[in-house]
Amino acid sequence: MATVSLESKTFDKFPDVVGRHDDTNYLNHDHSITSWLFTLDHKRIGLLYLVTITLMFLLGGALAGAIRLELLTPKGDFLTADTYNKAFTAHGIIMLFFFLIPSIPAVLGNFLVPLMIGAKDVAFPRLNLLSYYLYFAGSVIALTALLLGGVDTGWTFYTPFSSTYSNSYVIVMAVGLFVVGFSSILTGLNFIITVHRMRCPGLTWFRLPLFIWSIYATSVVQLVYIMILPSLGVTSEVIATFSRKNVFGYHIIAFSSIAIAVFGFIVWAHHMFTTGISPYAAMVFSLLTFSVAIPSGIKVFSWLATMYGGSISFDTPMIYAFGFLGLFTIGGLTGLFLSTLGTDIHLHDTYFIVAHFHYIMVGGAIMGYMAGIHYWWPKITGKMYSEFWGKLSAGITFIGFNFTFFPQFILGYLGMPRRYYEYPDEFQVLNVFSTAGASILAIGYSMPLFYMTYSFFFGEKANSNPYGGSTLEWTNTTSPPSPHNFEQTPVVTEEPYHYHGKEAAVVSH
Amino acid sequence: MSATNETVQDHGQHHHKDLAHHFDPLEQQHAANPLGMWAFLLTEVLFFGGLFAAYTIYRYKYSAMFEEASNHLDITLGATNTVILILSSLTMALAVRCSQTGNSLWTGRWLLITIAFGLMFLGVKYVEWKHDYHIHLMPGKDWSGKDYWHWQYAKKAKDMETEAHKKGSAEHALPDRKDVLADNDPSLGVRGIQESQQARLFFLLYFCMTSLHALHMLVGFVLIGIIAYFAYQGAYSPEYYSPVENIGLYWHFVDIVWIFLFPLLYLLGAHMGH
Amino acid sequence: MATTEHSTHQPAPLSLYLATFGMLMFLTIVTILAGFHNFGMWSTPIALGIAAVKAALVVVIFMHGYSSSSLTWVIILASMFFLTIMLGLMLSDYMSRGWAM
Repeated sequence: MATVSLESKTFDKFPDVVGRHDDTNYLNHDHSITSWLFTLDHKRIGLLYLVTITLMFLLGGALAGAIRLELLTPKGDFLTADTYNKAFTAHGIIMLFFFLIPSIPAVLGNFLVPLMIGAKDVAFPRLNLLSYYLYFAGSVIALTALLLGGVDTGWTFYTPFSSTYSNSYVIVMAVGLFVVGFSSILTGLNFIITVHRMRCPGLTWFRLPLFIWSIYATSVVQLVYIMILPSLGVTSEVIATFSRKNVFGYHIIAFSSIAIAVFGFIVWAHHMFTTGISPYAAMVFSLLTFSVAIPSGIKVFSWLATMYGGSISFDTPMIYAFGFLGLFTIGGLTGLFLSTLGTDIHLHDTYFIVAHFHYIMVGGAIMGYMAGIHYWWPKITGKMYSEFWGKLSAGITFIGFNFTFFPQFILGYLGMPRRYYEYPDEFQVLNVFSTAGASILAIGYSMPLFYMTYSFFFGEKANSNPYGGSTLEWTNTTSPPSPHNFEQTPVVTEEPYHYHGKEAAVVSH
Repeated sequence: MSATNETVQDHGQHHHKDLAHHFDPLEQQHAANPLGMWAFLLTEVLFFGGLFAAYTIYRYKYSAMFEEASNHLDITLGATNTVILILSSLTMALAVRCSQTGNSLWTGRWLLITIAFGLMFLGVKYVEWKHDYHIHLMPGKDWSGKDYWHWQYAKKAKDMETEAHKKGSAEHALPDRKDVLADNDPSLGVRGIQESQQARLFFLLYFCMTSLHALHMLVGFVLIGIIAYFAYQGAYSPEYYSPVENIGLYWHFVDIVWIFLFPLLYLLGAHMGH
Repeated sequence: MATTEHSTHQPAPLSLYLATFGMLMFLTIVTILAGFHNFGMWSTPIALGIAAVKAALVVVIFMHGYSSSSLTWVIILASMFFLTIMLGLMLSDYMSRGWAM
């Protein structure tokens, strides 16, 4: 059953358990524009987010391209110093606030939370739509700030630079971020209440899929770690499904999500070790930052143990999940260098930092997002994409990513500071590597746009459970789901990931 | 997990009840679950918490100047507003109670009375802010952290006001600018500027916190108005009144914020007397 | 198991609300009187203590904390927990800056 062939057709292997009652689903039951723009259906809202954040991702990616192009040569040939500042600020703001933070929670979370817990919708459907429009309004305000002339402070808006010295459109941008912040707070609030109040009969807390645990933890603590936490949830789902095995250490993975959320809330001062904070407080924050590594490590080892002895199939989502594992581990371990007070003094504000957080946020979070989009694509659209192109893009992304960001670890260690548009000649070789890698990465990220769009219109039809998943969205809904998700309310009698045999993914009747 | 349609049919009878239980009330009941409002208030606690944290740190660092600066605020107006806001909390509680007992008419009335108290609060606040602005307490261009002058001016204004009150007159003149300038001892120099800046932080926090609080009240007026309209339409009953309950929670939260703001902003320097 | 929270509590007696209001008024007077008295370093803790009692009265009675679900109380306690963390860790920095290493 495990196969490395690029042409494997997993979706033939698993029987269609739900069957198609009729051809009405949430995508085609109403085609009017207003039915999309004013929809209260969590699945359609998820798709609205998908389209919007993809556009933002392209914009942020283009800015990243401009930054790498400038850094191809030691002198400032392509951008002026001022434009460069504005470019990396815009890149950071767009990627963090308008892509990464909403990516998995708003797209996959919206689509999946009610499906995975056997509910008809989220707890507050109108609030959900409001969240989308707040996100949209925030995006418009932020883009307005960029069009007016941009912001040059870096996405962190450190004072007093951003308050006293910057002449750019800081206030407009801050308003935009404030609005978009409300959007994610309201989405998180909605998910919390949904998970508490809307679970179907029999679905106890410890029968929840691990994705739900991750989303729940993310919603509770809306902070930096919200960028990586949802990816951890996606990875748990993908690894369980494609290893055909119960997740090793279900409870401890669930609790480690909560632990990461809690620790993530109390590490903020690790950005400020060099800013003159009290050395005693710095020690406390260093210790707390180290502590984040414990639940993260637990998760990685649990995933490895899940795969051990499993019947692994190498489908596109799994390849992305593998990429995630490798990059997240490197990103996490280099984080330990930075939480060490002494080392941090040396590495602070160098390219080491840039490499570290890109390994976590791009290598980790976006790989997880891509794994999730590929895994649930048949459920979302009812169509299969090309496995060949899927695997190819996963491979190219992984290679391109490492080419781009690994040289930056070395650059940072050698002392190249971040946020400069020029650099000494001796750094050029590694910067050329990095820029070359970025162009490979760009190809890797662009490919899904084409083959996914193709599959949406011309792809082979997916059955209700092409990958043999064991959670409710696979076992109890059609692909794509009907407008009201379930024909009948599911009743859950077992834990998730209960694979009875190697092949039997679901109890088929 | 095995959750199949057959399982559902097996439990058909029992389950039918659950189905209605879980799905039908969704549109109406869940849309107004008080738990959602509580969770929102949690984020509000942290929202105000940021300002309270800033306040705490500077209160600790610049204790003496914070107490002195606080003395420039009008305790009478602050206390009056505290009473007004607690009254409005009472009327709000009564509105919720009326909706529980099914008295739509009085639900609407108590809600409107709550708005009226809220408007009174903001009216007092307006008078107060205007006065603060006149004596240059507003940390803007006119505050003039640039020099010691405005701070001396504000002190003098406060003294004259106290004098006037002692004589029993509500009106009092503002100090002559030249007098203050003459009083200003240049030797105070650096220390004066530092103190002036510390006091400026106090007033910055004062204006930020009170205006954020006032902003919440304005939002509250709109929401209470809408709920009051629906109450008059008879939309609520003892079985379904959670919108009233939710707006009540929100309003009480606004009250709680003020309960903390009042002593922290107004009463710091009261013991120093005048 | 998820349950729908039906918000049909018995309304509290009117006298309870009026008594609470009276208590809040009384505490407001106490806090003002305390403000005019110099307790030195204890002034602020006393003021905050009284405010906390007032806030607790509002939460428990006006906001129906006395009959709320345990999940509601988890949220209330969580908000205080987060606030404590924010203030506590931030103060730990500012208060220990002057200490010699």
